[in-house]
Amino acid sequence: MSPMTLAEKILAAHAGLPEVAPGMLIDARVDLVLANDITAPIAIREFEKLGVSRVFDPARIALVPDHFAPNKDIKSAEQCLTMRRFAREQGIVHYYEVGRMGIEHVLLPEQGLVAPGDLVVGADSHTCTYGALGAFATGMGSTDIAVAMATGRVWLKVPETVRIVFTGSLQPWVGGKDLILYTIGQIGVDGARYQAVEFCGPAIDALSMDGRFTMANMAIEAGAKAGLFSPDDKAMAYVAPRVSRPYAACTPDPGARYVRTLEWDVSALEPQVAFPHLPSNVRAVSEAGGVRIDQAVIGSCTNGRWEDLELAARVLRGRRVHSDVRCIIIPGTQEIYRRLAREGLLETFVEAGAAVSTPTCGPCLGGYMGVLAAGERCISTTNRNFVGRMGHPQSEVYLANPAVAAASAVLGRIGSPAELGL
Amino acid sequence: MTISGRVWKYGDNVDTDVIIPARYLNLSDPQELARHCLEDLDAGFAGAVRPGDIIVAGANFGCGSSREHAPLAIKAAGVSCVVAESFARIFFRNAINIGLPILECPAAARATAAGQHLDIDLAAGIIRNVETGETFHANPYPPFMLDLIAAGGLIEYTRRRLAAGRTGSGAACCE
Repeated sequence: MSPMTLAEKILAAHAGLPEVAPGMLIDARVDLVLANDITAPIAIREFEKLGVSRVFDPARIALVPDHFAPNKDIKSAEQCLTMRRFAREQGIVHYYEVGRMGIEHVLLPEQGLVAPGDLVVGADSHTCTYGALGAFATGMGSTDIAVAMATGRVWLKVPETVRIVFTGSLQPWVGGKDLILYTIGQIGVDGARYQAVEFCGPAIDALSMDGRFTMANMAIEAGAKAGLFSPDDKAMAYVAPRVSRPYAACTPDPGARYVRTLEWDVSALEPQVAFPHLPSNVRAVSEAGGVRIDQAVIGSCTNGRWEDLELAARVLRGRRVHSDVRCIIIPGTQEIYRRLAREGLLETFVEAGAAVSTPTCGPCLGGYMGVLAAGERCISTTNRNFVGRMGHPQSEVYLANPAVAAASAVLGRIGSPAELGL
Repeated sequence: MTISGRVWKYGDNVDTDVIIPARYLNLSDPQELARHCLEDLDAGFAGAVRPGDIIVAGANFGCGSSREHAPLAIKAAGVSCVVAESFARIFFRNAINIGLPILECPAAARATAAGQHLDIDLAAGIIRNVETGETFHANPYPPFMLDLIAAGGLIEYTRRRLAAGRTGSGAACCE
């Protein structure tokens, strides 16, 4: 048998084949199917055309109202209602109501719904987040998800794999967000189009799980089908208290064939900022030129985890958000929200003059809770800075890590924690 | 199937946020979505597009979110085909799944200007520029995807397979 990459091994196992190679079309069994309040209504409409009455397995489907929930308007309320009714009719086990829900890609790993070696498909492009656990996870549209909900299977083309090796150790205030922004800056927004990316090397070994989730999350911003990490002790320790079902973790074979290997020493890497209007438009924070900002958003499926908010709190503690800035902080899940309360971080944020929200995708995609007017600029820990992403097509979004976003909120312009003496 | 239409030309990385901005994602009716198609890239498009028109674009068309609203909006706006240098992979799947014809053809995309007309033989993947007379060949589809396209999309394809008592997508057996 030929040695296989991590992506190839997971896909072979789910296709019931001894081996697969890039370019092969396979029919694969899925472990989990995901949809949200934006994508589920279309998926449900298409599901109902298939002539089947029940989903393939009500315990292997996750439905999360997080994009425009808590409902932002009547139409959003109706979309959430469509999904809620379907969840009840079908007996969907992993339906998360407002007050118990979180941002899907923060919530599902936290709740133990994804395990190493899994194949996960979701009607959300950031489904690739679960690659941090050593799962093959990829985003699809509503129609693909309708068929997966009905049959528990999908068709896939086996992607080539790109291997990216990060050597060296990271500077203070530099983390997973900076590594992935740097990567996208280097290879471009279609640099890994149709490909899987394996992230590895000493800097990755040292990176926290939260940092890895951030990196895997933004693999799609380089066009990738999946972004994966070989599950190590850290990943297994994350999964152990959460996942109760059996799973088959796997690691890439020595000698596996990669379409290309990139190696970067990241020892001197500064925090990175992606300027409008592409995530690849990346500069070091010291070269950001002190761009004035009107808003800072800290949260999202990219950077709404505990470690992200703890970093923001370290910057905001004892400081005040600049008088010209609205700082909006959104924990990714209720569990994170509760920990913020328990450990005093909520008080830190409110004392600093920030607004703290219940979990929602809200402002990331210009939904609500921080939509921008024409000419306004926002520094954000989210994942996209396309034209009109956060509101008016003449507004601007700058992507950065949570510490830089918090420091910028205090400074009133894009800047680093170092400028605050941190 | 032969398509003829007038060209709307756009550049690289036309993302799904400009194809259908998220402020309209509280909708899922294709006709309503079509009224806002490409609004943040070309505010005049939705009002001026005519049935049969063709979008020609650069690399990585449809990058960004998985929203199927994007190809739904384009299809409901009356666009008969999208020709691009390349497509983002989720958009590619979505377009095939909902029956929006798309062709990957870098040479045609580069050589076509706004306002020109294309004749397209979808099955053969042949694109002819009416004004210049140039002919181009698009990257071919694998047989499985031709079956999907012939069925009118993934739902009808799967419905027929399920009705026939077959499980699985059929991808592997058709390769």
